[in-house]
Amino acid sequence: MKTLGASLFAGLLFGAGLALSQMTNPAKVQNFLDLFGTWDPSLALVMGAALAVTATGFKATARRTAPLCEPAFSAPARRDIDAPLLVGAALFGVGWGLAGFCPGPAVAALSLNVLQVRLFVVAVLLGIAAHRWIYTPFIAMHTKRHSRRLRSG
Amino acid sequence: MTAFTPWSALLGGAMIGTAALLLWVAIGRIAGVSGILAGALFPPGAGGASERSWRAVFLLGLPLGALLTGWAQGGLEIAVSTEPIGIIVAGLLVGFGTQLGSGCTSGHGVCGIGRGSKRSIAATLTFMTTGALTVYLVRHLLGGGS
Repeated sequence: MKTLGASLFAGLLFGAGLALSQMTNPAKVQNFLDLFGTWDPSLALVMGAALAVTATGFKATARRTAPLCEPAFSAPARRDIDAPLLVGAALFGVGWGLAGFCPGPAVAALSLNVLQVRLFVVAVLLGIAAHRWIYTPFIAMHTKRHSRRLRSG
Repeated sequence: MTAFTPWSALLGGAMIGTAALLLWVAIGRIAGVSGILAGALFPPGAGGASERSWRAVFLLGLPLGALLTGWAQGGLEIAVSTEPIGIIVAGLLVGFGTQLGSGCTSGHGVCGIGRGSKRSIAATLTFMTTGALTVYLVRHLLGGGS
């Protein structure tokens, strides 16, 4: 129950912050990316301020062995920079620039009655499902066949 | 054209950072929205219901929070210049790309870099670059949008 309350409050604060900084407006985001046109540096300050809080906060709480409401922390442990990371980030960036939306602001903007926001969120969910249902099984099949070939050769 | 809004950007950004820090300290999770969306859709491990529920309420909080800001300010501005077909293509790229690349602006840009992750720094530089190139292509070479 405490976990759910904390999650809801974090989501509320996150969404309120996105809306206050106007990140829910794709024109604002696209103008940040438009360095050689109508450049609007606001997004850099949004990210800078958010990072100032997270960087100091994560450092200050680094000695904690467990979070307040759950038995353990859960964070990505990988440190290697591989091709899927960079290709995935590159594809994400193209979509981000094309629409001016990334997942957080798009979900927050569902509060507004705008068709394109709903279309975008549905397409994001389909993209996630495509990775899960098509890409992951394809790669798994490919790796299995490859390792079988190695064994027989 | 949108006006540079330094004060609301700094305050909003600090709220986003505080929310991410709160999620970490309270429940030990990274506030990466693409990962939370994927985990709500396909809950990881055997945790089933509880793995889905914290994600669902966090996601519900996002539009509710935006609604609160909208009420306080007397409305939110939103200007979408991309055609519906472009929006769909963009959404598919964002959905697939964030899964392949393990994160988006919040997970890599706000949390990952904040944790000093080299993977997140590399990912953020990459999506900033391809994002800027895409806007340049669409606005200045193809002449669409505004």
